[in-house]
Amino acid sequence: MLHIDNLVKKFGSVTAVDGVSIDVSAGEIFAFLGPNGAGKTTTIQMLTTLLAPTSGSITVDGIDPTVKPMEVRKRFGIVFQDPSLDGDLTAYENLELHAVLYHVPKHVRNERIETLLKLFELWERKDSLVKEFSGGMKRRLEIVRGLLHTPKILFLDEPTLGLDPQSRNQLWTHVKQLNASEGVTVFLTTHYMDEADRVAHRIAIIDHGKIVAQGTSQELKTQTETDSLEAAFLKLTGTTIRDERAGAADQMRQMARMWRGR
Amino acid sequence: MTAIYILWLRELKKYLRSRARIFASLSQPLLYLFVLGFGLGPVFQRSGQGSYLQFVAPGVVGMSLLFTSIFSGIGLLWDRQFGFLKETLVAPVPRLHIMIGRTLGGATTAVVQGTLVLIVCLIAGFRPQNMAMLPIALVLMILIATVFSALGTALGSAIKDMQAFQLIMNYVVMPIYFLSSALFPLANLPKGLAIATRIDPLTYGIDGLRAVFLGTSHFALSTDFAILGTVAAIFLAFGAWAFSRIQV
Repeated sequence: MLHIDNLVKKFGSVTAVDGVSIDVSAGEIFAFLGPNGAGKTTTIQMLTTLLAPTSGSITVDGIDPTVKPMEVRKRFGIVFQDPSLDGDLTAYENLELHAVLYHVPKHVRNERIETLLKLFELWERKDSLVKEFSGGMKRRLEIVRGLLHTPKILFLDEPTLGLDPQSRNQLWTHVKQLNASEGVTVFLTTHYMDEADRVAHRIAIIDHGKIVAQGTSQELKTQTETDSLEAAFLKLTGTTIRDERAGAADQMRQMARMWRGR
Repeated sequence: MTAIYILWLRELKKYLRSRARIFASLSQPLLYLFVLGFGLGPVFQRSGQGSYLQFVAPGVVGMSLLFTSIFSGIGLLWDRQFGFLKETLVAPVPRLHIMIGRTLGGATTAVVQGTLVLIVCLIAGFRPQNMAMLPIALVLMILIATVFSALGTALGSAIKDMQAFQLIMNYVVMPIYFLSSALFPLANLPKGLAIATRIDPLTYGIDGLRAVFLGTSHFALSTDFAILGTVAAIFLAFGAWAFSRIQV
């Protein structure tokens, strides 16, 4: 479903992604883990046509995003690290807008929206403005939106950031359910190792732009002679704290978070 | 094409839902209308130029068109801040369609706002010569709104933080307004000011509105139309180019 071969992204003299190779099969839930600034989001941006790779090759469902970006865009759904809903529209309107942008036929649209909203327990609030939603509800709505056009692969970039354990638990339950029922491939990043351990079939750990380990959770634990994924992760990536320099985008993000009050 | 429609509709919905903003943005043009209209009126009259209220009303309508359309374009900055921009940029839709939908949506809200201001001007005592010309005024208003909505989109694509917003207000929007002949006649200006007013596209918009409403104008109405139309086309192309270059 997803094939990444020797992917490299350089920003000036900084190499953010340095020769990453990953294969994700159809129907798999794949966790992409790494410390801050390791290159996770940059990789996702390249996979989702938002950034052009410096070198290396990518295919999403057999299609190269640098050659046919529109075709690739139809095939994936994405939940970004930061919220990307329009707070001044209702939940239903956000979904309707998405459905139109993704050419979901009208007769399918309403039914699909209803099914997904009911599954994610948002149906009763479909006509509320999104700005009145809690953090967890917004995240669920974004996942609904990402799945609306029945994508083959769903990218989730730290979807549980800032959520309480209840919301996190519920969110992953739904994702697993959809993965089982619709066979959608899931490519996720998270900083919560317990989540990756619980939901992912396979895991890759990236650090300083390079893949340092890849395999099932059990394989990673065996390889590092540890008994938890968290311990394995720390053994592989070290215990030093990574301080990212905040770029303009991060500063804005912080400001936006402040305004949203989270 | 449906993408253009849905993004146009979004701008309209957002506008209609922000009642507080509609009233707030009515207040500024009205301040100009009443304070200047009645404050400068006697002086204007004594210099033999007729009623200042009559003169300034088209300028005030132009002002509301300028402000509403440029700010709706800069709304892009908010979409960037709150993330919605990314949702549209990864959609399988050409960016040009997204840009056109937003820009036309912004222009539409500006025309609605301009019409509201025009109605208030009529209530305040503004008397157009010929009401039959109203449809032509509407076309002019649409052109003015398109010009500045496209400019707003271009600016919104280029700037990345809220500080730049203040700069745009001070160095783009206010000069466009004050140099547009909204507040003073174009005849007998000092050379430098005369040149500046002629570079300002809003000048031709307001001059055109005066031609339509009052029957008197500095340029021929056809000149106003030709220049506005050309500038609208150039700014739309410029806005589309700037929008196509946005990096997430």
